[in-house]
Amino acid sequence: MTSDAGHAPRLIELLRTNTESLIDKWVDAVAVLLRGRSTKAELESDFKEFFAVLLPLVGTDGRDTSRPEFAEIRSLLEEYSRNRVRSGFTPSETASSLFSLKREVFGLTEGDEDPELFRQVLEFSSLLDALGLLTFEFYARAREEIIREQSEQLLELTTPVVKIWEGVLAVPLVGTLDSARTQVVMEKLLEMLVETGSEHAIIDITGVFAVDTQVAQHLLKTVVAARLMGAECIVSGIRPQIAQTIVALGIEFGDIVTKASLADALRHALRRDGVDVVRREVV
Amino acid sequence: MPPRSDGPEELSITGDDDVVRVRQLVRTYAQQTKLSLVDQTKLVTAASELARNTLIYGGGGFARVEEVNDGRRAGVRASFHDEGPGIPDLTLALADGWSSGSGLGLGLSGARRLVDQFDLDTEVGRGTVVTVVKWKR
Ligand SMILES: Nc1ncnc2c1ncn2[C@@H]1O[C@H](COP(=O)(O)OP(=O)(O)OP(=O)(O)O)[C@@H](O)[C@H]1O
Ligand SMILES: [Mg+2]
Repeated sequence: MTSDAGHAPRLIELLRTNTESLIDKWVDAVAVLLRGRSTKAELESDFKEFFAVLLPLVGTDGRDTSRPEFAEIRSLLEEYSRNRVRSGFTPSETASSLFSLKREVFGLTEGDEDPELFRQVLEFSSLLDALGLLTFEFYARAREEIIREQSEQLLELTTPVVKIWEGVLAVPLVGTLDSARTQVVMEKLLEMLVETGSEHAIIDITGVFAVDTQVAQHLLKTVVAARLMGAECIVSGIRPQIAQTIVALGIEFGDIVTKASLADALRHALRRDGVDVVRREVV
Repeated sequence: MPPRSDGPEELSITGDDDVVRVRQLVRTYAQQTKLSLVDQTKLVTAASELARNTLIYGGGGFARVEEVNDGRRAGVRASFHDEGPGIPDLTLALADGWSSGSGLGLGLSGARRLVDQFDLDTEVGRGTVVTVVKWKR
């Protein structure tokens, strides 16, 4: 719905002339709702910005918020929702910031008999509803993003590359090896090889449930890359059922050194460095 | 372990995470049917290969997993469905080491060796369904 030629709809005029008091009341209402977890100053600056972008949209049909005229308010809401997620607000707390404005606008126009104004207020109210729903959507998306980030961080954490001896790195792989995870580990291993100047890397797969062609391919590539960097990889902890599966799949590990256990692998690496581990005679 | 599941279960395959999910579902069924550890590992690995092919070459699809019984023994059946381009040359696709992409080319042929029954139904332009069964020994 657009304004008649000549003068703006009454609602816009009202909102414009009462901007300051309206924002004040709006901030107060939301501050109570959020029980002090946002300062009034923060809310005020958010809401002022928001109000300025919202005003030109009054009278716009809110049914399709993907239209270009909504671009600015969308990005504002997106930003707002993201901040809310990060500061631990619930989705309804986030959306109710918008719904609170409705109540203040109703208050402003209460008692006015003009049916045209009434219609405009209703329209404005459904616009705010649409925008409120949009914050829900942005909120959910932001939360998913954060969860994804966290699981990536977790991935890094749960796949440690450790230096177990001078010149020997070890990566114990556990659980389900998907390609994302294998890739992360392998990249980290190569990085650490450079950083520490190590010449041996032990990839221990004792804790791995299955090795398929993709995981095998990552392993093989890592071994080749390590070799190019002058380091030798040893794969340890290949359990019988995995060995049988690898053979059935037809994967060839070629001349890669494999050892039954991490300890065997370490002994092998040390021996190649000229260190022998011997049991001392008990006297 | 998730609760015991009766009847077939379906999972859509549209991303890498789904391949992991399919693998876990197949594993649950394999454990439930009490396949040996070796057979569990083989079936799960085959499922991993086929699910990834569904994703990469079939452009996504779904997997269906169920417990089966032929009157003599129990087993697990898993099938992988896509409506992708289909496989034009089956001999080639099933040859060890042949890949139209950058894989090792061992997934399909390897999966066949890992299971007891392997059934491939494909039509160019229509899609591919691969069904595998592993029986309890
Ligand atoms: N669902 C499918 N739809 C279409 N083509 C397929 C499908 N599955 C396999 N193929 C074709 O068969 C070829 C062989 O598959 P296979 O799984 O053996 O090898 P890969 O996936 O290329 O490599 P790997 O699985 O060893 O990583 C593929 O490269 C692809 O061209
Ligand atoms: Mg494959």
